[in-house]
Amino acid sequence: MIELRQASVHLGLRQVLKRVSLTLQPGWTAVVGSNGAGKSTLLRALAGLLPLSEGELLVQGRQWHSLPSAQQARELAWMGQQDDALADMSAHQVVCLGRLPHTGLWGAMGAADVLAVQQAMQATDCEKLAQRRLNELSGGERQRVLLARALAVQAKVLLLDEPTNHLDPLHQVALVRCLRGLRAANANSCQLTVLHDMNLSLRAERMVVLHQGEVLAHGEVAQPHVREALLHAFAGAVQLQHTAAGWVAVPCV
Amino acid sequence: MRLKPSTALALSLWATCAAAIASLCAGPEGWAWPGAVPGFIVWEIRAPRTAAAWLLGALLGWAGAVAQGLFRNPLADPYLLGSASGASLAVVLVLAAGGGALASMGLVAAAFVGALAGIVLTLALARGAAHTPRLLLAGVVVGVMLGAASEGVASYSPEVLRARQVFLLGSTAFVGWGGVGWLAMVLGLALPLGLALARVLDALALGEDTARSLGLPVSAARMALVGLLALATGVAVAQAGLLAFVGLVAPHAVRGLLHLRPGAMPLASALAGGLLLLLADLGARTVLAPQELPVGVLTATLGGAFLLWRLHRSVNA
Repeated sequence: MIELRQASVHLGLRQVLKRVSLTLQPGWTAVVGSNGAGKSTLLRALAGLLPLSEGELLVQGRQWHSLPSAQQARELAWMGQQDDALADMSAHQVVCLGRLPHTGLWGAMGAADVLAVQQAMQATDCEKLAQRRLNELSGGERQRVLLARALAVQAKVLLLDEPTNHLDPLHQVALVRCLRGLRAANANSCQLTVLHDMNLSLRAERMVVLHQGEVLAHGEVAQPHVREALLHAFAGAVQLQHTAAGWVAVPCV
Repeated sequence: MRLKPSTALALSLWATCAAAIASLCAGPEGWAWPGAVPGFIVWEIRAPRTAAAWLLGALLGWAGAVAQGLFRNPLADPYLLGSASGASLAVVLVLAAGGGALASMGLVAAAFVGALAGIVLTLALARGAAHTPRLLLAGVVVGVMLGAASEGVASYSPEVLRARQVFLLGSTAFVGWGGVGWLAMVLGLALPLGLALARVLDALALGEDTARSLGLPVSAARMALVGLLALATGVAVAQAGLLAFVGLVAPHAVRGLLHLRPGAMPLASALAGGLLLLLADLGARTVLAPQELPVGVLTATLGGAFLLWRLHRSVNA
């Protein structure tokens, strides 16, 4: 579906991703790694937002840059860590921006667009915030609105960088259910998240363990080599325990 | 309490018409209906001046809102990209070389070329308009360096100091129908372009990467808007010198009165800037009549006071 082949990314003189090869499978994949491992850079590279210094980005076997930009935007939605998104726009107007890949610069919103916006706002529980200004919302409320903006694109591939920032446990769990719901609604869809909450990441179908710009492991949490890579990436700061609810991470303090 | 956009539009149109009529009636000897004054004074002096004041304010207001939206910085000013210092240096060079009076076309053309050259230099130093912090830094560097150069030239030719001072203070007194035509033409390009790219400005409020991930032509839009920003400030500086604070204050005045998405700001700020400069020009002509204040002095004083008031309100909010 979406694939990086031998991709390297430099930010300034520093090589942040080192010849990464990664094919995203349908379903929810969590990217984990310590600070500075290259997680956000990996997401931006997959979204086509960063030039690759070597390697290539392919979508369904086609070169990413050969696709028209509107098609790129409909295939793939990206949400970054947007602590500076403080526009004087209502939450509803912000979520409607997610329909731009469908309406284009000058098109009007049709019935399908209105429905997509409504569903996205329902999924992140921000319908009541619709008329509030983005710059007047709390951190968690703003995060839910920005998340709805990404969901409103209805792209097959969803890349979310720290979507649980500022979210309370109730809305963190709601997000996980929403990601699973997207997978249930479309078996071919991919959701890739960068989460700092290890236990939430362990609920994903698959994990990508990044360490110093390289993929140490990619696979299901049940696979021993993935767990081993995880422990290595965090230098023994966490332990993994198997419980009735699945694998959980326990800090070694 | 914020106004509805329709109410604000109606109020601004009403106030603009009232200010324009007052501007046609105001003279150094006091107020008089246009019919009671010789026709050429009304049609060749007051009418072009009134139209120019509105158009200049509208252009600077539009440019200010576009600069603030494009650079995601509420302190961005239309003169930020080196147009003011470029125009100032060009004017000083022409004056030092023995250029004619302020009203001559030579000076207007020099200011325009200087403003564009300042912006081109900024863009060259920033290697294009793609990288916002680099562009802002290059604008500051160009401003300081060209400013120093024009001070240097002026200090060697003391006779140009006064003429340059008049230019730098900003005045609408010397704009004729020809200048009005230029201003109207550039505004006629700027307003539709701003409307066509409104959604890019909306999306840019969420960050450049988000706007690009939505499939928007961010680089092309940025180039087009920066190009027209250059043209708008270049033609404004050339026609009336430096009218301080209009471009900065107009978008803030709009934000203080009503909630508008970033894409609607250029049009609203153009309407607000036109009204503000029309009122400021009227004030400059009538406060000390028959003497006239340079309108730039008035815009700088009132604009500064307004921004301080906004700052005070936001601190106490």
